[in-house]
Amino acid sequence: MKKIINDPNNVVNDMINGMIAAYPHDLRQIPNTAVIVRSDAPVVNKVALISGGGSGHEPAHAGYIGRGMLDAAVTGEVFTSPTPDQIFEAIKAVNSGNGVFLIIKNYTGDVLNFEMAAELAEAEDIKVEKVIVNDDVAVEDSSYTIGRRGIAGTVFVHKIAGAKAEKGASLEEVKSVAEKVVKNVRSMGMALSPCTVPAAGKPSFKLAEDEMEIGIGIHGEAGIERKSITSADKIAGELTDRILGDININEEDEVAVMINGLGSTPEMELYIINNKVNEILTEKGIRIYKTYVGEFMTALEMTGCSVSILKLDDELKQLLDAPSEAVAFRS
Amino acid sequence: MEIKVEDAIKWFEKINEKIKLNKEYLTSLDQVIGDSDHGINMARGFEEVVNKLSAKEYGTVSEVLKDAAMTLMSKVGGASGPLFGTAFLRFSTAVKVKESVDFETFTLGLESALEGVKHRGKSTAGEKTMIDVWSPVVDFFKRENDFQPDELLYESRTAMENTKEIMATKGRASYFKENSIGHIDPGAASSYYIFEALAEVLQEGEK
Repeated sequence: MKKIINDPNNVVNDMINGMIAAYPHDLRQIPNTAVIVRSDAPVVNKVALISGGGSGHEPAHAGYIGRGMLDAAVTGEVFTSPTPDQIFEAIKAVNSGNGVFLIIKNYTGDVLNFEMAAELAEAEDIKVEKVIVNDDVAVEDSSYTIGRRGIAGTVFVHKIAGAKAEKGASLEEVKSVAEKVVKNVRSMGMALSPCTVPAAGKPSFKLAEDEMEIGIGIHGEAGIERKSITSADKIAGELTDRILGDININEEDEVAVMINGLGSTPEMELYIINNKVNEILTEKGIRIYKTYVGEFMTALEMTGCSVSILKLDDELKQLLDAPSEAVAFRS
Repeated sequence: MEIKVEDAIKWFEKINEKIKLNKEYLTSLDQVIGDSDHGINMARGFEEVVNKLSAKEYGTVSEVLKDAAMTLMSKVGGASGPLFGTAFLRFSTAVKVKESVDFETFTLGLESALEGVKHRGKSTAGEKTMIDVWSPVVDFFKRENDFQPDELLYESRTAMENTKEIMATKGRASYFKENSIGHIDPGAASSYYIFEALAEVLQEGEK
């Protein structure tokens, strides 16, 4: 293992400290927890949004904290769900009386721990609602999930539900728009090389020099197929086809596209992927309203990418365009 | 007999001893059909529970159960933390009223715990999980009129061993489908230690 770290067991803490040091006016840590909140939390008269999960997916999730997106992020150990007490601390810290909305990616551990926290909050009369994101079309069940996994499409949920809450929407309205995003977003990823959890010290799987894995998860969970590496155009084609095969997007429909690097992919390659995705969509007469290329939901130092496509309507377009001051997503 | 505060604390001390003693075994069960951290996580959690309970004075069984639940939830992690945490939290709420807990109230508490686990895990009996021990134990309590430690031991052990034959359809083990047959479910095994510990507390109480 070759990493720029100190103690492998202390990477999350060290990261949180560094992040707060970088954005002292935007972020603050709840003392003795792994919870990061907007510096002005709780924001009065606003539904509060919380996301989170295992660490190792930076800038997810704390990078999406800020006006127009999240109020708090709960950081677990690397690739490990945070515990209910930590999530409950986040709920208490951001609740201003208008209710708290939890954005959960569909992993068994995350769902159990977030729902448990919601129950603790409800016992103290805090109104809590949630959405479970399952945008990955690659596999139905995996070693980490029942049903589909939640990956980079989650960032669209942060953005759109966050904008809705910022406009003063009710908890029910925020939930409803978040569900609309989940219903209309699909993603799929691929990898060229694995990643190493610092505490484990070695990669969780191996790929040969000339091999790639299609449909891999953001923790290195198995995908659909391992095969010899092909061209960027073929990779982009396969991911895009799988996505379009799973959602009804017609000519003249408008979409947002996200090309997401998994940690060690040069931006150049992400743009090469985007070039083909753009071409495929344009050929089908699908209108690309907005494109995001960069690192949004990573898997430590995995090399690879994911493609996400969100079908838009007027409401989603407007909320996507709304300003965001999140530290990793300013728009 | 009635379960008093000191019995409840003794219960957790005994669970802790058993889990600690069988940590490697639980982890080996989890190696086959899980991600091989069950023993380590449960041992860490119950150790913390015992530390927590020994550092405080308690007025009711419910308070003991609540602190145990909250500690398990925050210290076990993974899926087991919220599941065992939910069990004892629901148990705590169900027996809130009394300082000590009679057989009837205890049965009610166990039943709530089981319902909590089913709800939290969106699971039911027959899916090769901890529920396959908790559910037969609750049925057994509902059939009886008083604590029967010897039979409890038998019922819970049989239930645990029966999980060997079930194919997993819930939880991480379900990923292993047919390959999960022939192995005891780790969550069922640690649930057995919970009831084995309870049986011993009851046996000592009868003397």
